[in-house]
Amino acid sequence: MTVQLTHFSAALVFALFASIVFGITHRESVRDMVRYGLCCFVMFLGGVLVAGWAMWLVRR
Amino acid sequence: MTNSTLGKPKPPAPPNAGTLAILAPAVGWIIPGAGHIIQKRWIRGGLLLASIGTLFVLGLLMQGHIYKANGGDILDMLGFIGDLGAGAFYIVSLAMNWGLGAIALATADYGTKFMIVAGLLNFIAVADAYHIAIGKKQ
Repeated sequence: MTVQLTHFSAALVFALFASIVFGITHRESVRDMVRYGLCCFVMFLGGVLVAGWAMWLVRR
Repeated sequence: MTNSTLGKPKPPAPPNAGTLAILAPAVGWIIPGAGHIIQKRWIRGGLLLASIGTLFVLGLLMQGHIYKANGGDILDMLGFIGDLGAGAFYIVSLAMNWGLGAIALATADYGTKFMIVAGLLNFIAVADAYHIAIGKKQ
């Protein structure tokens, strides 16, 4: 059995699970964990989108 | 000077902190999240196990490469250290000869990175379990 993810879905999966671990391990209270996890998720995905558009601009 | 100017007071260490300080990181390395679970942080442990386990298994299913112990290229050695962090997932994969075949998918390199990151995330989880055990974190 093999799984084939697209570039974006691979980045999405990576961002989701890495954010969960970052949130749990880097903050003390549950509320802070959730907020930090969400922040990491947005930063991961935002970074992907910004880098993608930057590469598109460089290529033009 | 009063203690209130020195920041938050540290929570008291649990009575069996010495044993847990050794046991929690060890168990947490073998089974990701187990270091939290044995300290009754059920949800945190479960989430860590699910996150790290899913990343590693997805990496395997994407035909990612598993690094063995080696003394060659520095990137191969770092890959081995990353993979090793996944504990039982890495040991079982090596024992079953998973992740050692020829790569046939274009996205297999993502799988390799997923497994390395899963191991590195588990190192962070192990450190967190240790901090909980010594009372540095709630």
